[in-house]
Amino acid sequence: MKFNPIAMTAAALALALAGAGAAQAQTEVQWWHAMGGQLGDKVNEIAGKFNASQKEFKVVPVFKGTYTETMTQAIAAFRAHQQPDIVQVFEVGTATMMAAKGAVYPVWKLMADTGEKFNPKAFIGPVYGYYSTTDGKLLSMPFNSSTPVFYWNKDAFQKAGLDPNKPPKTWPEVGEAAKKLVGSGMNCGFTVQWQTWVQLENFSAWHNLPIASEENGFAGLGAKLEFNGPLQVKHIQQIADWEKDKLFVYGGREGKPDSKFASGECGMYLASSGSAGGFAKAKINFGISMLPYWPEVKGAPQNSIIGGATLWVLAGKPKENYKGVAKFFTFLSSPEIQADWHQSTGYVPITTAAYELTKKQGFYEKFPGRDVAVLQLTNKPPTKNSKGLRLGNYVQIRDIEDQELEAIWAHKKTAKEGLDDIVKRGDVLLRQFQQDNK
Amino acid sequence: MHKRVIFQDKLLPYLLLAPQIAVTLIFFIWPAWAMIQQSVLREDAFGLTSNFVWFENFQRIFSDPGYLQSFEVTLIFSVSVALLGLSSALVLAVMADRVIRGATTYKTLLIWPYAVAPAVAGALWSFLFDPTVGEVSYVLHLLGVNWNFVLNGSQAMLLVVFAASWNQFSYNFIFFLAGLQSIPKSLIEAAAIDGAGPGRRFWTIIFPLLSPTGFFLLAVNVVYAFFGTFGVIDTVTRGGPAMATNILVYKVYSDSFRALDLGGSAAQSVVLMAIVIGLTVVQFRYVERRVHY
Repeated sequence: MKFNPIAMTAAALALALAGAGAAQAQTEVQWWHAMGGQLGDKVNEIAGKFNASQKEFKVVPVFKGTYTETMTQAIAAFRAHQQPDIVQVFEVGTATMMAAKGAVYPVWKLMADTGEKFNPKAFIGPVYGYYSTTDGKLLSMPFNSSTPVFYWNKDAFQKAGLDPNKPPKTWPEVGEAAKKLVGSGMNCGFTVQWQTWVQLENFSAWHNLPIASEENGFAGLGAKLEFNGPLQVKHIQQIADWEKDKLFVYGGREGKPDSKFASGECGMYLASSGSAGGFAKAKINFGISMLPYWPEVKGAPQNSIIGGATLWVLAGKPKENYKGVAKFFTFLSSPEIQADWHQSTGYVPITTAAYELTKKQGFYEKFPGRDVAVLQLTNKPPTKNSKGLRLGNYVQIRDIEDQELEAIWAHKKTAKEGLDDIVKRGDVLLRQFQQDNK
Repeated sequence: MHKRVIFQDKLLPYLLLAPQIAVTLIFFIWPAWAMIQQSVLREDAFGLTSNFVWFENFQRIFSDPGYLQSFEVTLIFSVSVALLGLSSALVLAVMADRVIRGATTYKTLLIWPYAVAPAVAGALWSFLFDPTVGEVSYVLHLLGVNWNFVLNGSQAMLLVVFAASWNQFSYNFIFFLAGLQSIPKSLIEAAAIDGAGPGRRFWTIIFPLLSPTGFFLLAVNVVYAFFGTFGVIDTVTRGGPAMATNILVYKVYSDSFRALDLGGSAAQSVVLMAIVIGLTVVQFRYVERRVHY
């Protein structure tokens, strides 16, 4: 047989065109996300379920790397007019996304324009509040939200002569427990994951103290940082003092300290509720309870705030796509999908219905402590200090917070000096953001 | 009679140069120009609004104490990386040059680190020295060293300097070895007969004859320390703790790709480019004078 290259190319081309034609019958919705590994499989599963549930639209999830990489790529794509329909953006990118008025399509508007049913009351308060305008309109779709909780190693507690089923409730009790743990031969009492999120943002919300003026930035771009108040200074100084005796050990930024708790080096850990799955795999005998608080503060504890990411809809796509996005969002927030997502990942369910469903399925009896995150978020109705924060240039500000906290833990600065410097340096960036987004 | 080869066609030389010019234009001139443009603009991340602000971005970065500290950190880091990388490579090259049995094995093993990408090198070192699970840290703790580079800035600096110079070491080693092998044996033998010891032979003959190689490597190592070490910093310390290892190029990266401050990071890039151009000029004008070819 003789090959005829021209005929073969033509045949291949015809096949390719036919394939493209078949795909175009469905409207494709591009979804860029930052969920790697197991979480990524779950994302594909959700998209697969949605695609199987109807014929009109096809959601295509694309893994783009870390949160920052995903956001940077989406922005670069927008500049080149190649943007996806949906992009997952982490919570500190919220102010940047919000300020880009021509680039995003707010969710409340999308739902109204496409005539999709949407009930804001179905969502869990602090989850909804973090991503909505001051008058309660939702900007981006909550997807994976978590909140910091308190973990303790039951075996280590036993060994130190502490009651393994009675975690410390307040900060003085944490100090006492840490002393006993170190006294029993451990090298570390407790450590903290994502310290800026836990020790500054959540600490302030948990004690109903402002993180920044202008309702933590929700009310306007003129916000100034305010977490150098007396209680925060006292708290951070106390932790720094504990550092000297190894009651507290600094384990690095973001998720770096995980190994210290998973290896049994530290007996207590303040970390995201989303970390529970990982510790269960590490075969640590641990319990989960609420974050500690200072007992002298009236009304404490308030409620904790969330972290994680939401799905933003980008502007400039055909109308047909947005119909698909709206349908997909409705599917995504349905109790069944949310309950499954919550149970398999450790992220909090975004709707009350999903929480109730999980409870009914007996999940919390089987895995005690997995409901702590929701209970903490709904502990009290959020105040203007505890519904979250919306500050521009916040990725950079968090870097500054990490730097100054490190200087405090290394005893190069006192808590007061360090926190004042965060406020001073952070405010410069806030003013810059205000000026750039006038 | 002296005969010169001349191309009659006036176009041909340009045509032959064209690929190189195209590469330079596309990969150097164009991005550099875009960077200079960006450095005088303030833009939001999505590029929806853009304001011309003259030199405000430069004013801003120079009034940031973090940026000034970054200069200091970069200076310490670059000098240490270049010195450590060059001196250890020179010592080992001299040794490897004298080895008689198994020389190839030594040389091959010493060249290996160069095959490791900086990011991978960084990951390796940070695993070995991880305060919680690192094997070297375990030994250090046994020896009573309070090793915790995530909190101790000097330890972090020490670690990235070692990781970065280890990665560049092989490159220096190959060049030094080649340089040593091109030194005529007769010169060294003559000196030996005249009664010069190994130390004297090294400083009066070998070292001066190696200086062209050394000079070339100095220039390459400085550029490496400024730019090529990004991967090491990113995987080991990410500029921390408390900015102790926040070198200029890492700050450019984190301000643009993590913080999306395009104007500010473009201004930093312009400054960085000026520094490296300046350093290269200085090296060629002053250091090269002392080099014997």
